[in-house]
Parts: sequence; structure tokens; C-alpha cells
Amino acid sequence: MNIELRGISKRFGSVQANRNISLDIRASEVLGLLGENGAGKSTLMNVLSGLYQPDSGDILIDGTPVRFDGPGDSIAAGIGMVHQHFMLVPVFSVVENVILGVEPTGSADFLDLAAARDQVQAINARYGMDVPSDVLIEDLPVGIQQRVEILKVLFRSADVLILDEPTAVLTPQEVEAFFGIVRALRDAGKAIVFITHKLHEIIEIADKVSVLRQGEIVGGGVPSEFSEADLAEMMVGRPVSFSVGRGTATPGEDVLDLRDVTLVDASLEVRLHQIAMSVRAGEIVGIAGVQGNGQTELVEAITGLAPVASGQVMFAGTDITASSVRQRHCMGIAHIPEDRQKSGMVSAFTVAENMVLNSYYDDSVARGVQIDWHRAEEQAAAACLKFDVRTPSVFLDAGGLSGGNQQKMVVARELERGVRLVVASQPTRGVDVGSIEFIHKQLVACRDAGNAVLIISSELDEILDLSDRIYVMYEGQITAEFDNSSSQADRGAIGLAMAGANRTAAA
Amino acid sequence: MTRSSDTHGSPRNDGNQHNGSSHDGGNAVDSLRALLAPTIDTRGNLREIILIPLAAVFMALLIGALIMMATSVEPHIILRSFVAMADGSVGSLNAISETLTASIPLVLAGLGIGLAFRAGLFNIGAEGQMVVGGLMAAVVSFSVTGLPMALHLPLVLVSGLLVGGLYAAIAGFLRAATGAHEVISTIMLNLISIRLLDYLLRQPFIQKEGRSDPISKAVLETAELPRLLSFIDPNLRLHFGLFLMLGAVILIYWLLYRSKLGFAFRISGENPDAARYAGIRAGLTIVIAMAIAGGLAGLAGAAQVTGVLGRATPGFTAGIGFDAIAVALLGRSHPVGILLAGVLFGALEAGGRQMQVDAGVSIDMISIIQALIIIFVAAPLLVKRIMPFLFADRPKEDADHG
Ligand SMILES: Nc1ncnc2c1ncn2[C@@H]1O[C@H](COP(=O)(O)OP(=O)(O)OP(=O)(O)O)[C@@H](O)[C@H]1O
Ligand SMILES: [Mg+2]
Repeated sequence: MNIELRGISKRFGSVQANRNISLDIRASEVLGLLGENGAGKSTLMNVLSGLYQPDSGDILIDGTPVRFDGPGDSIAAGIGMVHQHFMLVPVFSVVENVILGVEPTGSADFLDLAAARDQVQAINARYGMDVPSDVLIEDLPVGIQQRVEILKVLFRSADVLILDEPTAVLTPQEVEAFFGIVRALRDAGKAIVFITHKLHEIIEIADKVSVLRQGEIVGGGVPSEFSEADLAEMMVGRPVSFSVGRGTATPGEDVLDLRDVTLVDASLEVRLHQIAMSVRAGEIVGIAGVQGNGQTELVEAITGLAPVASGQVMFAGTDITASSVRQRHCMGIAHIPEDRQKSGMVSAFTVAENMVLNSYYDDSVARGVQIDWHRAEEQAAAACLKFDVRTPSVFLDAGGLSGGNQQKMVVARELERGVRLVVASQPTRGVDVGSIEFIHKQLVACRDAGNAVLIISSELDEILDLSDRIYVMYEGQITAEFDNSSSQADRGAIGLAMAGANRTAAA
Repeated sequence: MTRSSDTHGSPRNDGNQHNGSSHDGGNAVDSLRALLAPTIDTRGNLREIILIPLAAVFMALLIGALIMMATSVEPHIILRSFVAMADGSVGSLNAISETLTASIPLVLAGLGIGLAFRAGLFNIGAEGQMVVGGLMAAVVSFSVTGLPMALHLPLVLVSGLLVGGLYAAIAGFLRAATGAHEVISTIMLNLISIRLLDYLLRQPFIQKEGRSDPISKAVLETAELPRLLSFIDPNLRLHFGLFLMLGAVILIYWLLYRSKLGFAFRISGENPDAARYAGIRAGLTIVIAMAIAGGLAGLAGAAQVTGVLGRATPGFTAGIGFDAIAVALLGRSHPVGILLAGVLFGALEAGGRQMQVDAGVSIDMISIIQALIIIFVAAPLLVKRIMPFLFADRPKEDADHG
């Protein structure tokens, strides 16, 4: 099935999200869609999937114009979209999620779960997806949940799959497996639109690429004819440097010092085992590791979100093990959370409100028991400018920002606070190359101002690029430490440690 | 983008064409100014907030008429009943006084429910909080003697407020400490309060001397909320509670949209996870929000006892605490919305009484109309489907975004 978009325009208030966009989506092809944060990628795909109605322009399926009044219409026409934020019911099993809304019924209109399971299994096998049918969603890792989303779309017999930043939340290993599935889908004749901010992924998997900037198509072609630098320049409109110039660190005293910290979760499983680590003033420390090896819990222990079972958390010489989140905030610990939408922002609040989400009580914006909103708004506007958060106004709901701009808003909030320790979890998730460069520079500037920075990232490149020192986490322990200050640490050795090679040595 | 998150600064049209992608161009001061310029985008929302309740009221009245027809009420009686309703609610000074008098407890309790709702809590217990608050006010109003009004009346009102607040805080505490859902616990507390009222009204220090039925002693004159219009006609019942109501609207507005505490409430209500990350203590927030909600309901009870009834009797709250849930819902948990919704319900109440007198139509008709209004407000899509012309040029842009 081939789809043509002809002259699509879409406007939100004062923002022209799409301007006269034309695009061809062909069967047996992977079309990569690139563009800065807020360029209009998600909007365009939401138009194609019937969620938004375009202000003007046409959608043609195999040459026939169609009109979608809602997602139901586009699904019926064979177009399925996997949104960046999963829409699964956590307490339902895989099969139940897949059939939700299109439940197959047997005689007398009863739900025929067995038939559904067979169908799901057949799709599973056909594309090598390897998803268990009866496990509950909440018990599955993110990578598998993503496949359930794809299964859902395929179950509704989609011929066109739209994947909006599917790899943003995947580990590098999961990305490889995911690409395997995408290839299988393409070879089966499906048309695929793939949105990502990772240029090497476009070069690896896409058959064609189109680049959006400020709502318009500004270029495209066959990805292998471009270098990453070409693509980046086409997106941003200027050359982008992929690695920040990071001067040598001059570390001072310990700002953060964990002494044999052990953390046990609600189901009494040990999540952190005797973690001993430090971050010094004027130093960036990176935590490398495959997701789910205790990084989340480490951040919770440092920021006070979860109590530790034993050991001490020291901050600038003070024992803060028993301090609350708020107290640690006030002492100067900033936290960029790994999941911005879940815990870093309130979609229904304005940008200005979001900018003071965790500092509203502070003298910087509060006067007595009141919040000085004028001051908060001015600070928010200044931070938006500095961090290039693209919104027409600080009075708009943050939920209307593009995904990457939401991330930049959260980063701006945390870095503008003037703190002594920054704990940054996946600081550049969903952010475009130009903004990654900017955020990285800001983190380095924060270091150079004499602050301590801790970075947790599933992107090894990001860790290697920024960190002066690297710890590797494996199964809740720190299993290796690498110096990355003067010369780059050995990538292979880090990879091995991430896979568990040093485990016995440290235990 | 379904809700307008209320902000400071009024929506104004500024013709700002800054397209959100040109921070790099132009000078920084201009860009700053553009970011801070009030936006036009909230206008559509505003219209919807006003139009939907209006359309809902209209449709509810229409269906009310149909129901009367179905129960074979003569058309001219239906017509007369609507005339009576208008007459009884806004048709005379007395009608307006009755409307406002009825709206006072509705708005006070509704503000509490709305505030709790903004903090993510369903306070179904306003009725019970009114009962205990009103009873406490009654007790203080006749057992404390010898005080001048300037001291006695505030004492009475504050004791009603405090007891209502404490009573609701029990549900808040249970939620915070044990996870017991406040819907269940406030319903239980309602039942307890009703029995407690029946029991206490028979106790010697409360029961009116020489009576065997459950009825309290009368409120002392120094504890009565003064009537506002008695200089025109002593029968006009509108009392000083009107100012309590207006003051509460302003105070709750300030609390929600200007104060630190209110911001913490709203974060907790919209995204509890983000609240936790922002260092807001969930348990404490729940208890405080419930206590304020209960305090307002308690004050509503106290105002009813000292302003209208003059004593406590079984069932003196008359379901106002439940109607207030509807008021909060209709007012979209916004203080100003609650004020308007409360006055509307007060008007229906006052008009309904007149309707019964003049046209002989049962006052239950009013309950049906109130219920219909709620159904239509709760289902805005239904309203838009039935009256698409009102909302015609509004593009639909609701979808989660990422
Ligand atoms: N529902 C909405 N309401 C208001 N504005 C919106 C809405 N959806 C998108 N926009 C605006 O439209 C523009 C394009 O947004 P879009 O989400 O399409 O960007 P994107 O290319 O997907 O960016 P990202 O890479 O950050 O996800 C942005 O300026 C955004 O603020
Ligand atoms: Mg997007």
C-alpha cells in the first residue's frame, strides 16, 4: 500500500506545526523522518493516523483521496501508529492488550481468547517478535512492551506502520532486536515510517529519509548518500559538533559520597548492594550499565525518593541519609528524572508553572506564603530562551510542547537553579542533535563552575563523551571504575563490565 | 489539552505571530516579550467553560418539560410552572433573597469539595462535615453565654469550621496512613454523623427543655448571623453568610492559584508522581486538603444553623452536602465556577418551591432537572453533539502528545 501526503498544513494557535508538506510512503520501504524538536514530525504523523485533521492538504491511499475523522478511520484503512508513550493496560496480559477494542468473538458473541491467542502467536512467529502471550504488561521490560504495541497494530492488519521515536527508550541491545523486526516487516511488504533523533539509526535502517525543519520539508533522499554530519546540518541549519570540547577537570572535594549503600525494594529484593562511590566538585561522573541494573534505585537513594536499608549518603560532608527530598533540594541537589512525562512535569500546567514545579516554595519565586508569578514567569521565559525551549508562550500548557521541548524544559529548570550537584538521568532522551550538543555544553559548564555532575545514561557514547570518571553498574553493584579524564577509557572493557564480566571480582 | 489550567493573567488577544521556532532570530528582548505575552489560545477553552453549562441548563429544562408532558401534566401547567420557577428565583426581591440564601451553604461546601478535587481527592463527606460543624456551632451558640456578638458569633463559626475540618481530616489521615480510600471513609463518616446527630440531640445539655423529640436549644441572639435586608422587610432571610461565601470564594481562589500550598495541592492532584519528585509530602498534603474542605463544609453547616434555622434538628443539612458535590462538578472545581453554579442551584431550589406552590408540580421535578444538568455537564461531548452549532469553529485538538 502506498500513501501520498499532498500539501499538508496544520496550525496550533500561533504555531504553524506543518506547512504544505508532501511526502510519499511506499510499501516495502522504511522512511526515516528527521527533524529538530518541534519541527512537526509527530504532528504530521498524527494527521496521517487520523488524530488531527489537517487545515489543508490531502491524504491519498494508492492514488485515492481519503478523509480520516478519527483514529478509527485510519486503522480501518490499514494505518497504525505506535506512539512514543505506550498506551497499554499494565494489569492486562499481552493478548488482552492486543485484542482490546477488536475482541474476536466465537459463537453467541462470547470472547474467544483461544482464537485470539493463536492469531497473536502467528503474528509473533511471522516477524520473530518473541513476545509471551499471557504475561502481564507490567511485568515486561520496555523493549518487549514496545513489541506489544507493534503487535497491536499488526493485529488490526495494518499495512502502514508509523513508529514515533520507538528507540528513545530502548537499550542498544533492544534496538538491534527491534531493527530485526522492522526489517522483517519491511520484507513482508509493509510501509514503515520511523522517527528518531539518532542519525546512525537512520543510516542503518531507513531506505529513504526526509528532513523537516520548522514545519517544512527541507531535504531528503537515500540515507547512505549522507553522512551523519550532513543530516545534522540539514536538520538544524548549521553544522553540529557531536562531541563537546571538554577541558581537563580539576576535581576538588567530595560533594557526593555514598558509603556502602544498600537499598531494598518493597518486595524485599536487594536493588543496591553496598554501593561505594563519590562525585567530586568540578567533576562529571558517568554511570554506565544496561538499564535495570540498579541505576534507577541509585538515583532514588541519592535524591531521597527511596530510603536506604543501610549505609550512608554524604553530601558536602553532611550525612543526608535521613533527609527528605525537599531538604536535599534545598541543600543544592538537582535531579533530571529519567521519565519526564511521568515524574518530571505536569502536562496540564503551563510552561511557567512547570518551571517552578520544585522551587515554588523557594525565595527565588516565593514571597511569604505566596508565589510571585510575575517573577516566576519572567524566569521561565529567560530559561526558555537560554535553553531554546520552543513554545510561543510560557502561558501554554506544557503538554502541547513537542516531546524534545518538554525534555529541554525539565533540563532548563534543573540546571538554572544554581546547585552543587546535578543528578541527570537520561538527560538527552528524545532531544535533537543540536540540543544534545547544547545540553552537553551546559553540563560541562556546570562542572567547570565547580559543581559535581552525575550522569546516568543508557547511551554509552554520551557517558564516554562527558564523563571524567565512569562507574559501571551490574546487578545492583558497582563492578568497575574507569578513568576517562585525559584519554578515553577503553570502550571494550566497559562493555565487558556492563555485561557482567567483573562481577566476581567486585563481589 | 482538555482543561484550561487556570493561570494568573487574563487571556488577551495580542496578535502575536511568533511561531515558536525563531528564538535564534530577532533580539532577545523581543523574544522574551513574546514569551511573556498573554496568549490567545485559552479563548476557545473559556468559551467552552461558559457555553457548556448554559447549554446543559437549557437542555435540562427542556427535558424536564418533556418529562412533565409524559406524566400528563397539562401544557399550560408546565408553562405556569416555569413562570413560577423564574418568579420564585429572580422574580422579586424576596425571590432573589431566597436564591442567595439557598446558595450560601452550597457554595461554601462546594468550594471545599472543589478544592479537595483539585488536590486529587473525592470528598463525598461534605454532608457529614456539615452535620458535625453545624451541630458544634449550635452547641457553642447556646451554651456559651454572656459574650457580645462580636466575639460570640465568630467563636460559633470558627468552632463549626474547626470541627468540620477535624472530622474530614480523619478521612484524610486514614488515606495517608493506611491507604483507605477517602470515598469509602467519608461515606462511612456521613452515616456516623447522622446517627451521632440523632443521639446528641436527645442529650440533656443539647435538647431543648421540655421537648421529647430530638431538637436542640435555640441559637442565642448574640450568635445569629445578622439579616442583611431586614431594614426593607423583616421577612427577607438573606443573611451575613453572603459575605462569608464571597470571602471564601476569594480566599480559595487565592489559595489555589497564588499560594504555595495551593500549588502543592494542584501538583498533587494532577500528577502525584511529579509531586513526590518535587519533594511534596503526599500524606501531609492529603490531610491538609481534606481538613480545609471539611472546614468549609463545617462553616456551611454553621452558617445554616445560625443564619437560617436557628437550631439543629435531625436532617437539618437536607442533603446540601450532596448537592454541593454537583455544584463543585458543575463549577469545574474553579472557585468562580462554583460560585456561579451554587447560585444557579440556589435559584433552582428557590424557584422549585415556588413552582410547587403555584403550579402544584412536585419539587422532585427540580431534583430531576438538577440531575439532568449534571449529566449534561459531565458529558460535554453529548452537549456538543446535540448543539454542534454552538461550538462550530472549534478545531479538535485533544490527543496526548509526545
Ligand atoms: N496539541 C498541541 N497543541 C498545541 N501545540 C502543539 C500541539 N501539538 C504540537 N504542537 C506544536 O506544534 C509544533 C510541532 O510539534 P511536534 O510534536 O509535531 O514536533 P516533533 O517534530 O514531533 O518534535 P520532537 O522531536 O520534540 O518530538 C511544536 O511547536 C508544538 O509546540
Ligand atoms: Mg514528537
